[in-house]
Amino acid sequence: MSDSKDLTPASSGAPATTSDTQQALRPGAWPRAEVEHHLRRTDTDPRAQKRAVRQVSTMFLLSALMVVLFIVAFIAIPRDAVITLPYIGAIGALNAAMGVTFGLAIFLIGAGAVHWAKKLMSDVEVVQERHEMKTDADDTAVAADIYEVGKETSGFAKYPVIRRTMLLAMALVPIPFIVSLRDLWLTPPGVTTPSEELLVTLWKPGMRLVTDITYQPVRADDIPVGGLVNVVPADLPLVEEEEHNLNARAKAAAIVVRMTPDEIQSQQGEGWDYEGILAFSKICTHVGCPISLYQQRTHELLCPCHQSTFNLADSANVVFGPAARRMPQLPITVDDEGYLVAVSDFKEPVGPSFWELKESYS
Amino acid sequence: MSTSQISPVEQKGAGVATYLDERVGSNGFLRRNLNKVFPDHWSFMLGEVALYSFIVVLLSGVYLTLFFKPSMVEVIYDGPYIPLKGVKMSEAYDSALNISFEVRGGLLMRQIHHWAALFFMTAIAVHMFRVFFTGAFRKPREMNWVVGVSLAMVALMAGFSGYSLPDDLLSGTGLRIAEGIVLSIPIIGTWASFLLFGGEFPGTDFISRLYGIHILLIPGILLALITVHLMMVWVQKHTQFPGPARTNNNVVGYPLMPIYMAKAGGFFFLVFGIIVIIAGLVQLNPIWIFGPYTPDQVSAGTQPDWYIGWLDGALRVMPNWEIQAFGYTLSLNILIPALVIPGIITTLLIAYPFIEAWASGDKREHHLLDRPRDAPTRTALGVMAITFYVLLWIGGGNDIIAVGFDLSINSVIWALRISLIVLPPIAFVITKRICLALQRRDREKLLHGRETGQIMRMPNGEFLEIHAPLNEEERAKIIAKPQVKPLPQPPETDSSGVRNPKLKKDKRRAKISQFLFGDTIAAPTGEEIAHADEHLAHEVIEDAPVMAEEEALQIAHDGSVLESPGTSGKS
Repeated sequence: MSDSKDLTPASSGAPATTSDTQQALRPGAWPRAEVEHHLRRTDTDPRAQKRAVRQVSTMFLLSALMVVLFIVAFIAIPRDAVITLPYIGAIGALNAAMGVTFGLAIFLIGAGAVHWAKKLMSDVEVVQERHEMKTDADDTAVAADIYEVGKETSGFAKYPVIRRTMLLAMALVPIPFIVSLRDLWLTPPGVTTPSEELLVTLWKPGMRLVTDITYQPVRADDIPVGGLVNVVPADLPLVEEEEHNLNARAKAAAIVVRMTPDEIQSQQGEGWDYEGILAFSKICTHVGCPISLYQQRTHELLCPCHQSTFNLADSANVVFGPAARRMPQLPITVDDEGYLVAVSDFKEPVGPSFWELKESYS
Repeated sequence: MSTSQISPVEQKGAGVATYLDERVGSNGFLRRNLNKVFPDHWSFMLGEVALYSFIVVLLSGVYLTLFFKPSMVEVIYDGPYIPLKGVKMSEAYDSALNISFEVRGGLLMRQIHHWAALFFMTAIAVHMFRVFFTGAFRKPREMNWVVGVSLAMVALMAGFSGYSLPDDLLSGTGLRIAEGIVLSIPIIGTWASFLLFGGEFPGTDFISRLYGIHILLIPGILLALITVHLMMVWVQKHTQFPGPARTNNNVVGYPLMPIYMAKAGGFFFLVFGIIVIIAGLVQLNPIWIFGPYTPDQVSAGTQPDWYIGWLDGALRVMPNWEIQAFGYTLSLNILIPALVIPGIITTLLIAYPFIEAWASGDKREHHLLDRPRDAPTRTALGVMAITFYVLLWIGGGNDIIAVGFDLSINSVIWALRISLIVLPPIAFVITKRICLALQRRDREKLLHGRETGQIMRMPNGEFLEIHAPLNEEERAKIIAKPQVKPLPQPPETDSSGVRNPKLKKDKRRAKISQFLFGDTIAAPTGEEIAHADEHLAHEVIEDAPVMAEEEALQIAHDGSVLESPGTSGKS
């Protein structure tokens, strides 16, 4: 152990180990730290040194080779080729080949540089002194004096009216920018506040419930007990513009479930079901995720985002989770042809709570 | 001075240096900084990982902007991915699919960008832990801690705004939740939401607005903060762990030129290379599987990126408190987890260095790092905070846990609610005890030496373990233990009998000081150490041959081989 201890300068001829005396002579070089230092193989054995040089240059060379391989992969591998790798599974061959070659090209430069530093550059620790961050008293005094002179000659202290009006102007000048942000929402005609828009949906008396993707009307007889159908208002496809379509969807989306009428413990309104068919908003009253997990045995509806749970057989009241309000119920009936239609819009606000809500609705 | 040949290339380089120097005086800067000394420790590379992965994020991000179209205009997909053929989607999602399937290298760049972002966030978190637990935030580095915490928060926004851009089902669901949170803000909530989204959710403005924020505003802020962060590290010089020759007034390590140019420069390529290889082999965020966003669909088991998980977890475990009064609604079930808790955590993080400085009254500069055990209360507070954080994070995956372990989701949530209140204090106590125990062991080792594992049998039949003095390194670490004394109880009256007008305040400060710095194991005095050294020098027979049992027994019976070491060195 003690023979590899090196507290005297190395004189093996290794290129990077500079002797103490040389360091002391060079201006700007730091003194050597008084710590134990172990010579490396590369410091003492010229063969090890040569080997390290070879290793470093091989890594740089391999990096260059990887760049060539990358270009080959880019040209040769078709976009849809798939490769199966152990532990990883089937992945795109082009992506994998490009990632590995490009990654190695980069990695090997780093590996070469670090190996070079560790094996061939000096590993003698040196000491640099620190200085307190604080400026010395003289300079501080001069700075303070300059400030004083500036204060006096400018009249900053002498004319408080200038000072105060300037501060006032500076405080107000960002306001136009903030005011200009007002039209981030171009308020539609007839609307004055956001909450007005949040309180209405597309549902109207007599509007049919249609399936959410194919827009087929839903016949009451077609829904089995225990079944669930995702529905939207029949007018939704007519809302042409994508914006309004998605916005309308985000509020009007609903689900229809059927249970035997005696399973219904309570509803949000008398006779809002149709022979055990109930319709509820699909948008969670917590933060607005669409709710999609329904357990027909317990009639519980679970939000996959934050696990709020509602009992659809009992007015969709909250039985668990972070939601505070029950899911709004859509009063429904059937039209002459036996298709489900809405009796009115939701009577309670759909989606997340907000400041302007006046009641607790539960 | 060794004079090596100057090559023509170097001559050109010297010409450039002179050209620059004559215009901006750059040689003086080089003279002062080229051989700046940096200390070596693996944990100092954590911040480097963060910096380098940020550079990778920037580079890959620039590439992605060439192909991504931040538009919510509706298009019909007509690309090579069959399952989505003919599906209506936004142009943003369409272009993200195009990047993933048609642009060669596009998917690789997308995955580099995302993986590098995950590396960035992870490195920031672990780097922050390192800085906290070693007390690197103490004077003069308090301001840099504040910059660092701000960086962590802005980086979080960078991540969230980034994975919300492709407009796939997962990202849209994240935005919906964010919108729900904005809606819950008292008084201005609905207005804020409508201004952000240009009306109702989701509208058609948001992706392009978010894009500007994600590629211009946030990276600009990050770059500015990182610049300040690094400049302060440079000016204040790096902290170092205690060790031989290391003092509070020096830096022991290797100079920038050439060691750290090679090591740190090389490390950039290592980090970059590893990210690229992972991005080539390990898929993440397969947006094509999620489908385009529509506000009435969601998939079960959706998870945000890990760094958002704790916020989502907080939303999940919060009880459903909502207050209705005077015709208005206050959604505490959203405000507390989404805004109040993150706000408190950020405030405490930012305030901590100042609280410690205030409670200790310590005005000295600190360049030697604490070992976590030597600041038991700080370490315990840190572990307590991490416990709280990890529980929230687990909460973000409560559905996965419930399914994976076949538990009821309700019991998982209740277990988390209780744990969030009970476990952090327990973690505090346990950590503090462990720290104090480690301090005791350090003291023990310093005074009685380390255990060598060699057993010696005394003439009287007693077995002893031989102890040896610590090596320089260990010794220096233990001796460097900081001696922070809690503030004394304030006097009720001053020397002339006047009542202290700030008595209550001072008492409170002394109490906090006692809490933070009161519990510690007294470090051995110089005298004790000198005595112990002398004692150990007599005792150590470390080079005594290890004998076969029989042989050893014989000799011990005989009692003639080993000098009686006198008093025992056992602990």
